[in-house]
Amino acid sequence: METTRKSIRKQSLEKLYNLLSASRKVYAPVIAPDKQVEYKYNPDFAEVTFEHIRSTLSVKNVVFPKVENLFFYSNAKTESTITDIDLNKIPEIVLWGTHPCDNAAFDILRSIFSWDINDEFFSKRFEKLVVIGLSCHLSDEYCFCTSVGLTPNSAKGSDILLSRLQNGDYQAEILTEKGNGIVTLSPELFEPISGEEVTVTEVKQKFNHEQVTVKLASAFENRFWIENSLRCIGCGACAYVCPTCACFDIQDETKGKNGKRYRSWDSCGFGLFTLHTSGHNPRQVQSQRWRQRIMHKFSYMPERNESLGCVGCGRCSSGCPVDMNIAEQLEALQNI
Amino acid sequence: MNSLITRAKELLENKSVQVVIGYEAGPTSVARPAFITDPAKAGTLIYDERCVQNLAVYLTKPEVKHLGKMAIVATLPVMRSIMMLISEQQIFADSIVVLGISADGSLLDIADVKVMQGYIEKSDLGNPEKYKELLAELNKLSPEERFAFWQKELSKCIKCYACRQACPMCYCTRCTVEVNQPQWIPVQSNTHGNMEWHILRAMHLAGRCISCGECGRACPVGIPCHLLTMHLVDQVHNYFNVYAGTSEKMSSVLSTFEPNDKESFII
Repeated sequence: METTRKSIRKQSLEKLYNLLSASRKVYAPVIAPDKQVEYKYNPDFAEVTFEHIRSTLSVKNVVFPKVENLFFYSNAKTESTITDIDLNKIPEIVLWGTHPCDNAAFDILRSIFSWDINDEFFSKRFEKLVVIGLSCHLSDEYCFCTSVGLTPNSAKGSDILLSRLQNGDYQAEILTEKGNGIVTLSPELFEPISGEEVTVTEVKQKFNHEQVTVKLASAFENRFWIENSLRCIGCGACAYVCPTCACFDIQDETKGKNGKRYRSWDSCGFGLFTLHTSGHNPRQVQSQRWRQRIMHKFSYMPERNESLGCVGCGRCSSGCPVDMNIAEQLEALQNI
Repeated sequence: MNSLITRAKELLENKSVQVVIGYEAGPTSVARPAFITDPAKAGTLIYDERCVQNLAVYLTKPEVKHLGKMAIVATLPVMRSIMMLISEQQIFADSIVVLGISADGSLLDIADVKVMQGYIEKSDLGNPEKYKELLAELNKLSPEERFAFWQKELSKCIKCYACRQACPMCYCTRCTVEVNQPQWIPVQSNTHGNMEWHILRAMHLAGRCISCGECGRACPVGIPCHLLTMHLVDQVHNYFNVYAGTSEKMSSVLSTFEPNDKESFII
């Protein structure tokens, strides 16, 4: 579909939000009492923030929930019955006000969840997702989208991308049929563009990701990994706040005769992640796990999935208790 | 902090230690742990109000131990953590050089574990002032209100285990949550299971927590889980008149029976 550009007033955005919120699940960012930015379903428009840099958690849970039930089972004396999840019950979700980095992450997740077999849980949730993105007019020292091939107003992954205009109204780029579907709900809210300039923040490029990928190809045995991961304490915070980390664990939970199989977020930062039943662990120490994290996103994924595994949102670094700053490390890796 | 840099350089130069664990400035405004092995790089060490992490967590980390004998920049909570680790036989007193830092940020002369014990004994060992008010507020709530508070907070937990990993006392190579026969704690994050985890974690730290607050600081979603262990610090002091990390010969409060122990908390 050809992109069309419209302009939408702040008051019209409120009307659009309320219209969507009345009939759909709308997932929008709010500032919690403890000042953390979190996404909530259908908050009042007055609560919705347009001024956030990044939410504490990414919004990947809309397509990859932290816990997803895969099926239920019950065991009788001689046979077991399996009850599948009805994927048709997965509701449409409208994501509101997510930034270009988070929106670009969905296609990376798609490349992972459809790499060999098509993951039907992910696919259904992705199919039901409509993204109304918001370009960034704010950024901070942790942002590095421009180092991974994105910009603070990349349209990738958005169905509609809003960008603030200098007069406080918004430009709306209608990018897909899904986005067009939203416009047709109330076309009068979308007006011809006014010629006002959009306000977009500047994010300095910290490294060249193509050069990093080239360097990583021969960096497996480099001392770099040990020297630069001494302070990593081996928690899973970076993976869990990351919009593209997709590793999961699968567990059965049984109570009496009934139970369920579910999957839940997992992290390659944990020692248990690669522990074999035999007791052997191919990644025995944290430096090997830290290497895996960077290699996966900047070497293995470009080769296998034809995309980087990183969108430069900076959450892993801002959320890290010991300041494992990934952009800084990639900058150093570019020069090894 | 010139005296700290000079001392660190000297220790590395005369090969008394192979690594100095301290703090350095990073590319952002936060300070972070540093591992100095080259005397020429001792100058990157800093100490200011941003240096808050409890560095004792690295004393049991295999890759750090692998570097050789360690010196560690140690504020009061770090010194108390070292004391706990010695009493629990995780480290040896003579294998670590303590670069003690006083409350006003100056370098202390901690010649040996006895001097360190003397310094700890003279210090205020209760929970830090900044948390006392919050603890008192929580204690004022009814059990139902307090349960609701923790239910709301712990529902945010994503089971990243940053609280566990940041804690110097959580050094087990296999944590209860990693045992699956039987599965004590659900792997998935749900409010009920998250509460089980945090209560279990707090109970394992009863009589061992030294009130550094590192677990709460490390939490990426801002759960004040340090208030659980700090409450137990108050409880243990109240019932047993003991603060953790005060002596190298300390026995664990919850695994030691004394005939004159109070039993008033047993229902």
